Amino acid sequence: MDQSKIRNFSIIAHIDHGKSTLADRILEVTDTVAERDMRAQLLDSMDLERERGITIKAQAVRVAWKGYELNLIDTPGHVDFTYEVSRSLQACEGALLVVDAAQGIEAQTLANAYLAIENGLEIVPVVNKIDLPSADPEGASQEVADLLGDDPAKVVRISAKTGLNVSDVLDAIVERVPAPAGDPDAPPRALVFDSAYDQYRGVLAFVRVIDGSFSRREELQTMATGTRFDAEELGFFSPTMTPVESLSAGEVGYVVTGLKDVSRLRVGDTITSVARRASEPLPGYKEVKPMVFAGLYPTDSEQYPELRDALERLKLNDGALLYEPEVSKALGFGFRCGFLGLLHMEIVRERLEREFDLDLLVTAPTVAYRVQERNDTEWAELHNPADFPREFEAVEEPYVKASIIVPKEYVGAVMELNNERRGTFDHMEYLSPERVHLMYDLPLGEIVLDYYDQLKSRTRGYASFDYDLAGFKPGKLVRVDVLVGGEMVDALSLIIHRDFAYERGKLLVEKLREEIPRQMFDVPIQAAIGSRVIARETVKARRKDVLAKCYGGDISRKRKLLEKQKKGKKRMKQVGGVEVPQEAFLAVLSIGQGQKTS
Amino acid sequence: MSDTRHLYVHLPFCAHRCGYCDFVTVVGKNDQHRVYVDALLRELELERASLAPELETIFLGGGTPTFTALPELVRLLEALPRAAEVTSEANPETVTPELARALKDAGVTRVSLGAQTFRPELLRVLERVAGPDDVRRAVHHLRDAGFDNISLDLIYGIPGQSPSDLSADLDDALALEPEHLSCYELEAKPGTRFTHAWAEELGRQADAMEDYFERVVATLTGAGYRWYETANFCRADADRDLRSRHNLAYWLGRDYLGIGIGAVTTIDGLRRRNSPKLGRYLEALAAGRTPERELEPLDDDVRARERVMLGLRLDEPLPLAGLRHALDPAGLARVEKLGLAEESGDTLTLTERGRFLGGGVTVELLA
Repeated sequence: MDQSKIRNFSIIAHIDHGKSTLADRILEVTDTVAERDMRAQLLDSMDLERERGITIKAQAVRVAWKGYELNLIDTPGHVDFTYEVSRSLQACEGALLVVDAAQGIEAQTLANAYLAIENGLEIVPVVNKIDLPSADPEGASQEVADLLGDDPAKVVRISAKTGLNVSDVLDAIVERVPAPAGDPDAPPRALVFDSAYDQYRGVLAFVRVIDGSFSRREELQTMATGTRFDAEELGFFSPTMTPVESLSAGEVGYVVTGLKDVSRLRVGDTITSVARRASEPLPGYKEVKPMVFAGLYPTDSEQYPELRDALERLKLNDGALLYEPEVSKALGFGFRCGFLGLLHMEIVRERLEREFDLDLLVTAPTVAYRVQERNDTEWAELHNPADFPREFEAVEEPYVKASIIVPKEYVGAVMELNNERRGTFDHMEYLSPERVHLMYDLPLGEIVLDYYDQLKSRTRGYASFDYDLAGFKPGKLVRVDVLVGGEMVDALSLIIHRDFAYERGKLLVEKLREEIPRQMFDVPIQAAIGSRVIARETVKARRKDVLAKCYGGDISRKRKLLEKQKKGKKRMKQVGGVEVPQEAFLAVLSIGQGQKTS
Repeated sequence: MSDTRHLYVHLPFCAHRCGYCDFVTVVGKNDQHRVYVDALLRELELERASLAPELETIFLGGGTPTFTALPELVRLLEALPRAAEVTSEANPETVTPELARALKDAGVTRVSLGAQTFRPELLRVLERVAGPDDVRRAVHHLRDAGFDNISLDLIYGIPGQSPSDLSADLDDALALEPEHLSCYELEAKPGTRFTHAWAEELGRQADAMEDYFERVVATLTGAGYRWYETANFCRADADRDLRSRHNLAYWLGRDYLGIGIGAVTTIDGLRRRNSPKLGRYLEALAAGRTPERELEPLDDDVRARERVMLGLRLDEPLPLAGLRHALDPAGLARVEKLGLAEESGDTLTLTERGRFLGGGVTVELLA
């Protein structure tokens, strides 16, 4: 294909603003899919994505329009996958910024819009859902135009649902998005912007060819990780897999690698030819390292082997997921798993429960810590607070550069939250008269508590949040243990900044007192640093637990009730004879509200 | 087998269905009392073979047995086999001197009055027809007719009730010197109009149940009553055992025959529940067929579990012979360690605190 006839673009939209519907309509209008074959929201292939309204794995679809080849590259929409989004955007020259005509721009759209602008993409603004009675196409267009410093007349107004003006969007892409600029004769370089695992064909790389061209059967190599493989098949999705003999500069497609492990083919890496090796990789590759950790335990300990198998299989498709076996005194055998962030963790957990039918107990997430033990100069990375030594030479925790975009009336609320979370103000800028961009240094350990929830609730959902890891810094951290009924519960140990220890220890035991049901005896709950108890609460014994009445007609029902209770009891994790419900292991999440005590 | 010595007779008719009620009741079919009694007697005939020649107890429950047209009720009572204890439930407003005498003459030995509460505003919440004075009058009429075994039902945890309301109810009940008292916490069934209407207040009452239960037990035992079952109390007379013999049969795991709509029978390891539908019940028996039933076979394990669950409601030691396989030894050790139960010889006795936690203790004990 003539490079000047290629247009590569992605769609940036807030959840529910119509990204998937527009994608469907584009496939229809371009006759890529016959209307009758249309499965609603074709691009979201996993059930999970469909339900959550988010897309985890980017894919690319090629459509033909008036003699042009258009590649639609799908992008994930959440902060945990910012790196993946940025790689997807790097594969494009343009992006549709889709805004709901009734809702206007929402905060979460902005981060990706700015990411696209930073990547030098041509933005085509689109106002969707103009058919809705509540739509304000004028207002929404003006808002988008203000944001982009553009003319409101250039905003394409459509209804993806009815198909109204969708062809104008395609025309705008052809007219405004530049053709790819790579050198077709240079040694080949392709950007891996996503990968997927197929149990029959192995790892599939989604690529954007930047320079040169690739041929089928050619021996290829990734430049950062050095993985070699043969291009068993090249092709593109339209929307099904369509094999081709070669992919050349500007084109988007896939490579079947035959690799058996996605972790050997990293998103952001550059593929080149072994025979015609490029000298420089494409910029921007980062090794994505899990920074958020949690213990995953089967509720029923007999499901441990199934959990191990399930993690093995998920890992094939998810290079960022880490897991290692772990034994907890309270919870038995399980795995310590590493995730990119909280959403990634939530997705893994849901997939394990849904696709593998596992009943899981997930401990509160924590972060990676670097610790130097007493009289030791070596740094060890710890992923579980229970492994944290009571005495140490030095400890470091991961920090992030946090970027928060928020309407100006919420700046105070965000600053207050960040101060509570040990944040250090970096700088602040006005993006528009209404919108403020705040930059902070924040410990990641503070974010894995309920930071998102707090940020959302304190800004009425308007804040958009993004972060980049910014390395480790020393911290005044202590390990706080929790004792239930006099027994230490390893799965509840946590690492806290010394200045917060008392306040948060107190909040934690208060929260646990609410979560642990009353038993037939008093249950003391204590928080301790070493042997020093810093907070204590008691779950008072129940004084009454009887079935109100039980006569001839009631016996079966009441017996079944007790049998059900017995079953539930057997499932509940027992710590020193105390039934501890799943929620209790997450109690630590809500202690972030604690104010610094010094 | 023909040795079942306990008979339950369900009389479903009521003047009004109270909001909290979850019994099988029928309102507004007052022309059907006669055919219903016919059907009961036919069902009894069909089941006669399973009954012992002499019964120990008969219990007429409802519904409101005493709402049944009096001639029909009398006809029923006279047709029933003889029994040492014949109890009828009654709503206070239905108890006239005439009814009291008729019951007595027809062989009823014991009357259980659904008083529920003596506070007029709480009676209204429960949608009861009777007022507090109806209860007092009913007791006097029954005494006048010669009844020397009267039980009162009380309910606590009623929306709007306060601890002092409950104390006043207990005092008012005790003033009538009943031989027996049943005190139940209000069980509001989820999804009902009543539960919906009182959602918030029911939540508040649930928090107070512990206090109420302790207050009930303390007050009644303080007044000399024997707390012989979780929700039941009887006057501790030296010369008479005033426990409900019929209900004791349930708690001791004996076989019983139940007739009428919704009635449950347990005989020889088979539990069966008659369909609660009046029309089909009448139809079946008019045709001489047994009514539609749900059947539940009870294997040894289930029966043992029921024996534990029911036996632990009583103040007498539970004999463990034959029940061991249904028990979890670790659970047994735990409840002993917690001072909730004591094992001695081959019996298990709950401590006082254990009785307040009987449900939880049962869950611990069951294997």
